[in-house]
Amino acid sequence: MTRLNNNSTVSTKNDEAKAKTPTLKGAEDTIFSLSSAPGQAGVSVYRISGPASAETIRQLSQKKCPKARFAALRRLYNVDSKPIDEALVLWFPGPASFTGEDSAEFHTHGSPAVTQALSHTLLSLGLLQAEPGEFTRRAVQNGKLDLTEAEGLADLIDAQTEGQRVQALRQMGGGLKELYENWRETILDALAQIEGEIDFPDEADIPDNLSHGAYTPLTEVMQDMQKARGDMGRGAAIRSGLDIAIIGAPNVGKSTLINALTRREIAITSPEAGTTRDIVEAQMVISGLPVTLSDTAGLRVTENKIEAEGVRRAKKRAQDSEITIYVIRSGVSDYDGEIAKSLSVHDIIYVNAENADFELDKETVTAVIIDDLLSGEGEKRLYEQLEKTISENFSVGQDVGLTRERHADCVRRAESAIERARSHLAFSPELAGDDLRTALRAIAELAGEADIEAVFDRIFSRFCVGK
Amino acid sequence: MFHVKHGPKELSERVMTLSWDVIIIGGGHAGCEAAAASARLGSKTLLLTHKIETIGEMSCNPAIGGLGKGHLVREVDALGGLMGLVADDSGIQFRLLNRSKGPAVQGPRTQSDRFLYRQSMQSRLNTVDNLEIMAGAAEDLVVEGGQVVGVVTEAGQILSAPRVVLTTGTFLKGMIHIGETRIPAGRADEKPSIGLSDRLYDSGLLMGRLKTGTPARLRKSSIDWDALDMQAADDEPVPFSFMNTEITVPQIACGITHTNAETHGVIQDNITLSAINNGSISGRGPRYCPSIEDKVVRFADRGRHQIFLEPEGLPDNPDGDIVYPNGISSSLPDDVQDKFLRTIRGLEEVVVERFGYAIEYDYVDPRELKSTLEVKKLNGLYLAGQINGTTGYEEAAAQGLIAGANAALAAQSRGPLILDRSQAYIGVMIDDLISKGVTEPYRMFTSRAEYRLALRADNADTRLTPIGENLGLISESRKEAFHVKHEAFSYAKDLAGSLKASPNTLKSKGLTVNQDGVTRSALDLLAYPDISVEALKPVWSELGVLSSQQSDYLKTYATYAGYLERQEKDIESFRRDAGLRIPADIDFAKIGGLSNEVRQKLNEGRPETLGQAQRLEGVTPGALMAVLAYLKKHYRAA
Repeated sequence: MTRLNNNSTVSTKNDEAKAKTPTLKGAEDTIFSLSSAPGQAGVSVYRISGPASAETIRQLSQKKCPKARFAALRRLYNVDSKPIDEALVLWFPGPASFTGEDSAEFHTHGSPAVTQALSHTLLSLGLLQAEPGEFTRRAVQNGKLDLTEAEGLADLIDAQTEGQRVQALRQMGGGLKELYENWRETILDALAQIEGEIDFPDEADIPDNLSHGAYTPLTEVMQDMQKARGDMGRGAAIRSGLDIAIIGAPNVGKSTLINALTRREIAITSPEAGTTRDIVEAQMVISGLPVTLSDTAGLRVTENKIEAEGVRRAKKRAQDSEITIYVIRSGVSDYDGEIAKSLSVHDIIYVNAENADFELDKETVTAVIIDDLLSGEGEKRLYEQLEKTISENFSVGQDVGLTRERHADCVRRAESAIERARSHLAFSPELAGDDLRTALRAIAELAGEADIEAVFDRIFSRFCVGK
Repeated sequence: MFHVKHGPKELSERVMTLSWDVIIIGGGHAGCEAAAASARLGSKTLLLTHKIETIGEMSCNPAIGGLGKGHLVREVDALGGLMGLVADDSGIQFRLLNRSKGPAVQGPRTQSDRFLYRQSMQSRLNTVDNLEIMAGAAEDLVVEGGQVVGVVTEAGQILSAPRVVLTTGTFLKGMIHIGETRIPAGRADEKPSIGLSDRLYDSGLLMGRLKTGTPARLRKSSIDWDALDMQAADDEPVPFSFMNTEITVPQIACGITHTNAETHGVIQDNITLSAINNGSISGRGPRYCPSIEDKVVRFADRGRHQIFLEPEGLPDNPDGDIVYPNGISSSLPDDVQDKFLRTIRGLEEVVVERFGYAIEYDYVDPRELKSTLEVKKLNGLYLAGQINGTTGYEEAAAQGLIAGANAALAAQSRGPLILDRSQAYIGVMIDDLISKGVTEPYRMFTSRAEYRLALRADNADTRLTPIGENLGLISESRKEAFHVKHEAFSYAKDLAGSLKASPNTLKSKGLTVNQDGVTRSALDLLAYPDISVEALKPVWSELGVLSSQQSDYLKTYATYAGYLERQEKDIESFRRDAGLRIPADIDFAKIGGLSNEVRQKLNEGRPETLGQAQRLEGVTPGALMAVLAYLKKHYRAA
């Protein structure tokens, strides 16, 4: 068979393979990667994107491209016309493809030898091995996805739990985009009123206080943004999981509790106080969310430096956790009112005592569970309470919200710019206008439309190859 | 600087040779500034125009300035241009618009006496060194090897020059509409230049069609002024030019009246006779300046529309008995115009001097231009003014200055004068034009400028005069005035920054601020909306030495200081990325990750900078990043 034309552009990535073989036209812009997991498998999927996609199909199959978006069975050949494998071949002409470019897929048999032979052939033709996240990056560059949608896709790929899957899918489907587009609309309307007043001062049809009408809608957007940020804990928890800390005085049964909850011997238990000195972590899924349970050192004043450090870490962990379980046994020597007071709305007091007739400062916590029979019934009720707390407060809600610190940061900046704009409406509309432009830039950044390169680098380095 | 000094000769006598460095065709607002700028830079310049008497004619509304437009005039002035000086010589109703709002959005405006305006423009041009003025029509361009090398006149004379600036307004297929009557024309009483226009069409330039309109002109003596509300000029007129401190022309008042239900009835009954509404006009008109027919049809719920009755001159001057009724441009037949005018309060007995009309014309898609305003497809030819799809004297003048200066700089083999969006409204306008094109006649607004707080009318000289000075556009007297003012402002700023007091001290002097123990400077205090320099004098008697100009400057500076700091950062990042130049020989096909559609847009637009690429329609942020990444990889040095 004849080789295709002689584009001599040399890519730095593939010098070795390209030294001898002429490359396809446009190959230097065409990427490929094995998109399924490497190793033995029933089927392996190769993905190709870029201007040389069609030519690659023709070259490998020695036939014309199959009908767009229809699977065709083809034998694939290497550059010496030796067969590599039989494969399903798909042809996706741009822009109606994932990346927006001409794309192709080869579904080969999942053999490491086939994979190697195919990779070698593609490199020989001048195609480039895709970098992590490069397919998605091209999709964003071609306007097929906005940044929040791409983030949703990344989250979907990483999703371990049902909650994560549902949330990621919504964001990928443009849920967050819809939210910020509404904000953008309102801000643009307000800006139009301000600019109208400024630029058309002598027009009878434009009142001199036109911009004042922007006050109420701007206030509403601000409240909306505040709410979205307030709900962000939920979204972030779904994405990155929840932390649950178990704290309490020494020897009240914290380690026993974590072992019971996880049904494993995670922590060493003994009747001796101070057995646990550092944090012991256990992973589990509760109500569809990934949860990290932490067993911590018993809280007491101690001379021992190592144990004191353990106590410090225990308190810090309790602070950083979404849910804290405060364990008490006797209710006298091991109950600390200060700690009880520091507990907050999602926290739980777990009383592991035979006679629980002491006073508790329990106003702030969500539940007090008393296991006075030491029967294991209390552990079951604790687990049920955790399920309830998590599903009510940290599971996927009706609204798509913010899921990353990046989102919250953009919204926070937009919010404070809008607040300044409101205060300037009456006397300095030109400053209000400037503030609203700042708010619009913050939203553009949320969408990935501004300062995008830095954001891109961070986002796309997280992607698996070829997904 | 050595100039050949011409005596104050008659304009017509000043034709001497048949070869120049730069030829300007057209004596409108763009042409005048182009000619003056080119000559100021020391290039031997010819201004070729139909009629010398109509140089500087205000063919439509006799007013200069306004929001955004006033900023442009200040910028033209800061670069040594004529428009501000001429407006000050002829202004008869100065008003600072948005006086109650911040200085960044205050726009100086005046109505001008048309006769005084022409007279001042002509006499100022007359004294410009290196400039010759010739009456004549340009019939064609002389083009050799894709390069313009001269102009052929109607009389067959060949005038040679390596650089030609075309500022011929609405002459491309200009068509006047009055009712169903159509008259091919450029401007009232002037015939369109057909020969020259063929040259542009033959060059394969993209063209579009626009329309605009003008109202009837009324006899002042036939108006019942006692029945009208009046709008007076400002008590203290603020001059346009940084060279002027006062206005000596007498100031007049304008009348204000309104259309009414009867007026609207007459227009509705005859709407099919309007050229604009009966389909005989295809060009797009400006949304911000609709005809009265458009207003009545599109805003049928409005019971009335406002009309300013603006005298076109001082009572004793040639246009003293003519009034421009601002707000009712029309292309209805004469009898209908006469009928609806007479329904308006004050105009019951009106005598019409000349009826209104609509004009349709072709313009060159400004995306055909470089940021120097040179035509990409025809080296050596520059376009400025209405021919580029803009409207307004100020927009024309600003383009004229840039085109004329660049023609001269190129003729001298010097680098170009390009102002970017962070430097000037002129930069905003030209960037908008060449990267986005136009869909309606382009007019400047302050909201087009993203760095509006920095681009103020009051600091145009600080922004631009040093740039002009470097190029040689600025006269000695202007340089000196600028440096004196600059020093006075620096002094005031240093003084106000050095005077400090604690909240307690301030309180003891009767000035209450937050009792937080923080020592504040006079400059800090001026940032508060309700604190003026005057209010600080009891605290610091040193401030008594400041002039009112210095005080105004301090107040403005302090008001915006916080915002400007942030804007400065934005500007920096804008310059870093958007200012990144895209090499002219770039092959967009080589940039990976671009859709065919985006590639095509980039190939058609041929943006000169990343910022221009960004503003091209259809270029996605992602595509932009691909271009940026490519530039950084392949043109690291740039």
